[in-house]
Amino acid sequence: MLTINLIASDFTAVYSAVLASVNFNDIAVATGVVSILGLVIGLFLGLASRKLEIVVDEKEAKIRELLPGANCGGCGYAGCDACAKAIAEGAASANACPVASHEVHMEIAKVIGGSVEATEKKVAFVNCTGTCDKSKINSAYYGPKDCKLAAGIGGNGSKGCSYGCMGFGSCVKVCAFDAIHIVDGIAVVDREKCTSCGMCVAECPLNLIELVPYRAKTMVACSSHDKGKDVKTVCTIGCIGCKLCEKACEYDAVHVNDNLAKIDYDKCTNCGACVKACPVKVIRQQSA
Amino acid sequence: MKSDYFVNLLLIFISGALINNVILSQFLGICSFLGISNKIKSAIGMGLAVIFVITSSSVICYFIYNYILAPLDLSYLNTIVFIAVIACLVQFVEMVIKKYSPALYNALGVYLPLITTNCAVLGVALLNVEKGYDLVESIVNGFAAALGYTIAIILMAGIRERMAHNDIPKSFQGFPITLITATLMAMAFYGFSGLV
Repeated sequence: MLTINLIASDFTAVYSAVLASVNFNDIAVATGVVSILGLVIGLFLGLASRKLEIVVDEKEAKIRELLPGANCGGCGYAGCDACAKAIAEGAASANACPVASHEVHMEIAKVIGGSVEATEKKVAFVNCTGTCDKSKINSAYYGPKDCKLAAGIGGNGSKGCSYGCMGFGSCVKVCAFDAIHIVDGIAVVDREKCTSCGMCVAECPLNLIELVPYRAKTMVACSSHDKGKDVKTVCTIGCIGCKLCEKACEYDAVHVNDNLAKIDYDKCTNCGACVKACPVKVIRQQSA
Repeated sequence: MKSDYFVNLLLIFISGALINNVILSQFLGICSFLGISNKIKSAIGMGLAVIFVITSSSVICYFIYNYILAPLDLSYLNTIVFIAVIACLVQFVEMVIKKYSPALYNALGVYLPLITTNCAVLGVALLNVEKGYDLVESIVNGFAAALGYTIAIILMAGIRERMAHNDIPKSFQGFPITLITATLMAMAFYGFSGLV
């Protein structure tokens, strides 16, 4: 009982001492200063945001919503916001976005009150099939694993063929749509994911990638302008420029120029005659 | 007397930018230092935004401290008041440049929200008070500290850009090698300590 009393009296003594040492005036001043400061800041920012409000063009906001929003830069503007602005101001046409489908282009045209021509869906295509087992490796390459830097050094990475894909994947890095990958040492485009924004086309230092119409199924997967014998020594699948495809084509769609076959996609009917005629099987036909 | 003052300012400048580098010797603002040092271009943008914000917040915080907090004997409220004022300043600056200079906003604006709560900004404001700098000294120290930040982040970005092409052991890839790089840079900056 005595101890409890002692503790209780101690507690009251300490408590009253603490209470006496607290200066309520200080607390009031501190609270007041911080509250007033907060109020002033709040009012200031509120007024400022009213005063400095930016009127966003309604059209621009609508167009921006219609655009894919990947900010890939394929349109030539700095991202989708800039592209939407250009379209709203009339500096770019409604089909400025190469990624959006024709339906989206029509929607955008509706917003700005115009019409738009039909655009053909395109996909990127890598003009090389020299995978690890088909293309000869003639040196060991220890440099930076980057196509542009390696192309600057010369020797085309470790590949024997000076036209072929080095497979360091600079195109993979710039693709905003996960549509191009390195498979067996060369870049391969996923035709379904590709939006033909053209970033990989611009990135490739060897200019191996081009945009082809989506409907085109028959392609020459080689870029080598070397003579047939030279191609044979570095790659088992490279185009040797034998012109058998030219003779096989009934539609005048294939021509060999500078030792490389090239298909005119406007004339090509995907009949497959050149695919059968090609002795090195470099002309490929997409299955689907 | 006059020349003494300028020598003093020069000393503050050198010690703020190099010797007591905010990142590499005071370890303030590490978050943005590691986060935005991937590319030299964005590092420069971030650096410029930091220079602008730290210098102007040094001025504002000087006035707030000397004309509101110190007379009322409220210097223990430094931290919370400075945070509020700096956040307000950054917001306001963002609004102004968004309105009047969209080009500058595109170059700088995206980094501004990141600076709102950057501890380097707060740290410099608090250090100015702690060391009892006057207005000019505060500005010089703020600018120097921000310049030190910019130097460090641009150097780091340059190193990281080169490092991206190197063959780094798998367990060190990404963040670990970045931290090791930062350590080596801090040790190198330690060499400045005998300068003043």
